Amino acid sequence: MKEISGDSKIVMGYIYSALFWGVIGLVLGLLISAQMWSVSFNFGEYFSFGRLRTVHTNMLAYGLGITAEMGAFYYIIGRLTKRNLIFPGLAKFQLVFYNLVVLVGMISLFMGYTQSLEYAEGEWYFDLGVVVSWVLFAINVVGTILTRKEKHMYVSLWYILATIVAVAVLYIVNNLHIIAGLGKSYHLFAGLNSANVEWWYGHNAVGFLFTTPILAVFYYFLPKSTGMPIYSHRLSILSFWSLIFMYLWTGAHHLVYTPLPDWLQTLGIVFTILLIAPSWGSVVNGYLTLAPDWSKLRTAYLAKFFIAGITFYGLQTLQGPTQGLRAVSSLIHYTDWVPGHVHMGTMGWVVLTVTAAIYYITSKVYKTEIYSESIANIHFWLVLIGQIGFSITMWITGIRQGLMWKTANADGTLQYSFIETVVGNYPYWMARSAFGVIFIVGMLFFLYNFIMTIVKGKQNLSNQ
Amino acid sequence: MSENNNSIYSKGLIFTVVALVVILIGTIVTVFVPMMTSAMHPKLSNMQENPYTPLQLAGRDVYQKEGCINCHSQTVRPLKADVLRYGEISQPGESAFERPFLWGSKRTGPDLARVGGVYSDEWQKAHMINPQHFFPSSNMPKYPWLAEKKLDPATVEKHAKAYGLNYKPEDITALENATELDALVAYLQQLGIYVENTHAIKADEAAFENATNPNLNNPEKIARGEEIYNLLCIGCHAENGKGQAEGYDLTNLTFAEALPDYTDGMIFLTIANGLEGAMPGHLKIMTKDDIWSVAAYVKTLAK
Repeated sequence: MKEISGDSKIVMGYIYSALFWGVIGLVLGLLISAQMWSVSFNFGEYFSFGRLRTVHTNMLAYGLGITAEMGAFYYIIGRLTKRNLIFPGLAKFQLVFYNLVVLVGMISLFMGYTQSLEYAEGEWYFDLGVVVSWVLFAINVVGTILTRKEKHMYVSLWYILATIVAVAVLYIVNNLHIIAGLGKSYHLFAGLNSANVEWWYGHNAVGFLFTTPILAVFYYFLPKSTGMPIYSHRLSILSFWSLIFMYLWTGAHHLVYTPLPDWLQTLGIVFTILLIAPSWGSVVNGYLTLAPDWSKLRTAYLAKFFIAGITFYGLQTLQGPTQGLRAVSSLIHYTDWVPGHVHMGTMGWVVLTVTAAIYYITSKVYKTEIYSESIANIHFWLVLIGQIGFSITMWITGIRQGLMWKTANADGTLQYSFIETVVGNYPYWMARSAFGVIFIVGMLFFLYNFIMTIVKGKQNLSNQ
Repeated sequence: MSENNNSIYSKGLIFTVVALVVILIGTIVTVFVPMMTSAMHPKLSNMQENPYTPLQLAGRDVYQKEGCINCHSQTVRPLKADVLRYGEISQPGESAFERPFLWGSKRTGPDLARVGGVYSDEWQKAHMINPQHFFPSSNMPKYPWLAEKKLDPATVEKHAKAYGLNYKPEDITALENATELDALVAYLQQLGIYVENTHAIKADEAAFENATNPNLNNPEKIARGEEIYNLLCIGCHAENGKGQAEGYDLTNLTFAEALPDYTDGMIFLTIANGLEGAMPGHLKIMTKDDIWSVAAYVKTLAK
């Protein structure tokens, strides 16, 4: 045997693409973090913060996140259905097509063509491209699952199917726009409805792009990499249905204290609190899976990635609902606390889980061991330190700024001018950039390890 | 795995449909049902069906294009500190014609919901081109290219039609020499104009007009005044109050011959309440004592 199988090539193609976008997106993240504390890091029209922040979030969500999930889904489905992809040619076409869509989307964001809806900034032609890609993806995923050779569907397949349908509904509804020209369109919904639809989408984009797909990955790769079966099937069922039911009610917690009707805000907040239960269902299920033998954390090098990952998921799903409460929101909303929160989810939960899955997939596909467990450990610790440092500095400065905005003098006037509250952020923003460097260095260790594993695998194959 | 061979977990299609239905319940209740209620379509009685001039609409496009929303919100919350700092609470009807809403989610810079009319057009333009000129430690990027880019009236008209706004041909052709900067400033200057601020903190003119400055000749207070001056005033009034295009010369407060000299009380009131359309009031972010300190410092600048 000289080559890996056709389906495996497809999976690796998605992983390569994801890492390509990931590297650029992370470097842009570092650049915009520096723009926060020194205006001299803005370089003209195309590299000013207002444009780049959007490129950063979109490139990592659509380029790194979704592409990696597509690759991981194709890998998982191949194993859990005990058959090859139903349309491998379509998957290859979709890979090329989706990468082109992301490329065009990112270039037009650089040019300032934006819908100004968070995480749905790409203009109408980008949306069309994403929808077509998603439909092609759905045909392959659902088609393969429906013609599977294994009677029962394992938990990961539930999350995959839920992701497929939810993302389709969310993405299409929020991106309904009136087209005004090549680089311009206006939201079909106006005013309060525009806000309500956008945050229903925005929060569930997090739910169905960074929660359910990553849970699918987690439920598959944790048992695989440790040899321990998931603790409770019942808990999986309970968590799954309650999670996908409750998520859709919560978007309005992003609009606390805005002109949106109070009852919608309150309903959103209530469901946000309820959402702690199903989230922690998966956290507990993950912990108890390893409970019979915690030494796996030492002996199976991937176990710590998944356990740290699910821990950050657990912390994220406690912190998020807390932020939704009016009293907390009044202090930290609009401050840097919120990016600190988001990055715990993305840099902690998503990155740890996905990079571990990529290590596992790569070594399985090339039928070899990982190039270096010690480099994987260095990767783990650097990413962990970078992420925790990033989030903590942002929480501190978020609270600090929130308090400075409120602090009053004895006569009832405000104590600080706005510029004073900005200047106070600078040391924290600098520290955040430093932690960002640590995180990126960790990711470079990962990339090196990933490439060397493939090199080693290819040598093994050609020696056979 | 489940013991039951006929469970939903072995029927892919039914499972997918059930999952879809479960997802749609919350969606319908929180998104589509409210859309049918009048509470989600509020209007302001003093707002026309066509709230933007062509120039303002073009400016709104620029606001979107440059990603201003990434650092500036446009919602004043019903919180005392928000109302003090920015002005009247945001009303539901204000957003009636907003596609999309531009409330934002981050305040790296200040909220802009009530920024219309607070500064002069000249100040806004100069600030957009070089924010550090006014606030040396500001992290806002410079936007010099906006002053160089001319609007294309045909594009503005096309965008307006899609937005549902119709203009007279002469209003469109009037845009011919306008720049993106003119448009953006026109957009900013109309933010919040439909709502009257009932919570503005103003110093009572009668009470302060003839007051004497308690901090005159107090070196400690004058030093405090200088510190504040160098943070908040220097951008417009320049170093040592020598003045420039955006701010009066403070070294010569006698002004025109026909006017009386500025009294201490008048200096206090100007700093506290601002001058409409030219200078923002500072009482909301400064104690009266600090204002007297700045006034005392300004007095020392006189030639």
